[in-house]
Amino acid sequence: MSKTLFNSGHTACAGCGQSMAARLVIDAAGPNTIIVNNTGCLEVFSTKYPETSWGVPFIHSLFENAAAVASGVESAIKYLGKADEINIIAQAGDGGTADIGLQALSGMLERGHNILYVCYDNEAYMNTGVQRSGLTPFDTNTTTSPVGSISSGNLRPKKPVPEIANAHGIPYVATASAGFPQDLQRKVKKAISIKGPKYIQVHVPCPLGWRHETNLTINVAKLAVETGLYPLIEYENCIISARRQITPKPVEEYLKVQGRFKHLLKKPEEIKKIQDIADNNIKKYGLKVEQQQISPSA
Amino acid sequence: MFGPLVCKPGSSRNNKTGPWRTELRPKFLKKACIACNMCLVVCPESCITGQGKNNYDFDPDFCKGCGSCAAVCPKKDIEMVKEDSI
Ligand SMILES: Cc1ncc(C[n+]2csc(CCOP(=O)(O)OP(=O)(O)O)c2C)c(N)n1
Ligand code: SF4
Ligand code: SF4
Ligand code: SF4
Ligand SMILES: [Mg+2]
Repeated sequence: MSKTLFNSGHTACAGCGQSMAARLVIDAAGPNTIIVNNTGCLEVFSTKYPETSWGVPFIHSLFENAAAVASGVESAIKYLGKADEINIIAQAGDGGTADIGLQALSGMLERGHNILYVCYDNEAYMNTGVQRSGLTPFDTNTTTSPVGSISSGNLRPKKPVPEIANAHGIPYVATASAGFPQDLQRKVKKAISIKGPKYIQVHVPCPLGWRHETNLTINVAKLAVETGLYPLIEYENCIISARRQITPKPVEEYLKVQGRFKHLLKKPEEIKKIQDIADNNIKKYGLKVEQQQISPSA
Repeated sequence: MFGPLVCKPGSSRNNKTGPWRTELRPKFLKKACIACNMCLVVCPESCITGQGKNNYDFDPDFCKGCGSCAAVCPKKDIEMVKEDSI
């Protein structure tokens, strides 16, 4: 076993991107960390009572309130005079973050707690059987956005949660991806070095819910970034300080390896809509390689 | 009251997930490895160890056979093989 704070024997599906990313995050944060975790796959597969995969203190809250519980933990640690020694991470899935936990997250950001919030974005409620969330992409086939003769899947685009977090005026916001492990770990280390509330949203493929082969997890995550569908951005003090630049690939390359988008392959007009989402991201964030960069690449 | 609810750190290692493999397992060829560490970094089961060239291997007690290590190896020095072929 390599030295890690996230141990073998957890019960995630084979090839789970969230289990990859969770280990990268805690190993970057280090042993002096307390985790507060919303309900969701990560909490369920890492803490099968009476066992735990974690090598750090870990508190399971409810589905919606890791940010609130972490706020209490941070206040207690401050009171004990240990604020400088201990990192606090609140973490949750996309449903726990963008939907039911958004209010708790907003409160945590507004009150200025010194906490890193990590959202593991697998783009649906996976633990309960692939229901859509506010972070499910447009046209995705989920159990609550099913495909049929008049439906091409999820009706709405992803909620801009990183921008919502940024609008709170917090010092650090970033998007990251399981497909870029070193970049993810660098962002976690950077976030922890900054005082105040931080938000990192990590794109984590779910072979079960996205219906791709288990050995494609890293590839699928990379393709999301390389098509412009999942821009990797960093904001420092509310201004974009870095982005990963790409030579954009067509979105079909990303869509065609996933069962959740299979229904689109015979619908060029729908693929065009998704290409437009990617093109808008590329323009909005200046993702194309030729364009001038603001600061060193992410 | 809270005593029994506190679990021993890392105790999930009691839960051997190797039997989850259905068909394939990795085989580390140990010929062209450049010690880039990528297989170890991506393994979702934290079950790869190694240091230095041609020294990486996996723990069959925990490997679920996902194939991520083989997919990511830049030297194609990991192959997925039939479970009973070793
Ligand atoms: C208040 C409440 N409503 C519903 C549930 C059931 N529930 C447990 S996990 C979950 C979905 C989690 O989705 P997400 O946050 O995206 O995490 P994932 O499982 O996808 O990693 C739901 C609906 C719950 N535990 N509590
Ligand atoms: S359902 Fe998806 S997120 Fe949940 S454990 Fe399985 S692969 Fe991971
Ligand atoms: S097949 Fe998957 S679980 Fe097994 S060693 Fe390779 S990456 Fe780890
Ligand atoms: S990914 Fe391949 S080259 Fe890199 S350390 Fe693993 S076996 Fe060696
Ligand atoms: Mg989810």
